[in-house]
Amino acid sequence: MAADTDHGAAVVAAVARVADRIADERAYLTDLDSAIGDADHGANLDRGFRAAVEQVDALDDPTPEEAVQTVGTALISEVGGAAGPLYGGGLMRAAGQLSDGITAESTVAFAEAYLDSVRDRGDARVGQKTMVDALVPAVHTYKKSIEEDDLDPLAALAKAVDACRRGVAFTVPIRAEKGRASYLGWRSVGHPDPGATSTLFLAEELLAAAAAALDREVPTDLDATAPAPPGADGDRDGDPDRDGAATADAADTADEGGS
Amino acid sequence: MVGLLVVSHSAKAAEGIRDIAAEMGSAAAPVAAVGGDPEGGIGTDATAIGEALAALDADEVVVLVDLGSAVMNADLAIEGSDKTAVVADAPVLEGTVEATVAATSPKATLESVREAAERARETSKR
Repeated sequence: MAADTDHGAAVVAAVARVADRIADERAYLTDLDSAIGDADHGANLDRGFRAAVEQVDALDDPTPEEAVQTVGTALISEVGGAAGPLYGGGLMRAAGQLSDGITAESTVAFAEAYLDSVRDRGDARVGQKTMVDALVPAVHTYKKSIEEDDLDPLAALAKAVDACRRGVAFTVPIRAEKGRASYLGWRSVGHPDPGATSTLFLAEELLAAAAAALDREVPTDLDATAPAPPGADGDRDGDPDRDGAATADAADTADEGGS
Repeated sequence: MVGLLVVSHSAKAAEGIRDIAAEMGSAAAPVAAVGGDPEGGIGTDATAIGEALAALDADEVVVLVDLGSAVMNADLAIEGSDKTAVVADAPVLEGTVEATVAATSPKATLESVREAAERARETSKR
């Protein structure tokens, strides 16, 4: 099926883009993780995505489902730590949603299945300073943008990435309740969560890959209306470029996150 | 037969805990240990846990774990395993000792061993 083959190639291109970004951010992610974790997030993800690229490149005309399955398996076997089962398990669980190709509907189902897997496996909800804080607003924004606001998928994805960025900012002023960072108690406050941050990098590269596959520019005229939250205003991590603007989406979805 | 698998971020810790627990048990309760990330550093690895599960001489296995990712990687390994295995919600050292003793009972079941491990949460140091 020609369409599937093209979609598979788009997934393979997206994986390469994600892997390059993670390689570029390896030191930054490890720095974040050294503040509140075990200082291996960048190295682990880099190793995992390098293996993922090798393995998807070896596939012969993969369908999107096959390509995503392969990435998931590679991450589980190469990453270790919490990121392996969270990222890899999530992709393996969600891959099947792409069995009929990449459409607005299938990508919403994919995003929701991925989020469910991460939430279940990590037993995490919004507000605990985990990747869920970035994922929940991103996935809910994407779904709403497609299903209610009738945006085209690329615009919806751009809004989702924006929500994801605000979700990362939301993790800065809060105290970790999960993972290694939870042992630090209040000392975890003031740092962005590494998993939320790497989730944002993935989302940004997915957006760039989608724009490239569609031969369009990444939409920038987003109607960002959410107000800036207290305490997430900026220089806590010393890098203003990485700071988001608001946490409204994360807060709005906190109840669902706990369900 | 119910076996035990100790999963730690450190292979040395896992092996040490296994050794301590083995002094309490007998050949009736096989105890295996696995730890470390895929590169041999501190961490946990679903593939290695799966291999240790498969190699253990028991059809039913209670898995004792240390920190967060050990739980997730153990869950993943169990999902991919032919064996009936459960992760005990217990402190890894005390739980392994309690579970090893319980597993040597001729009436041991997967549930009785898991419960013994989880009772270790209540154990006082004095």
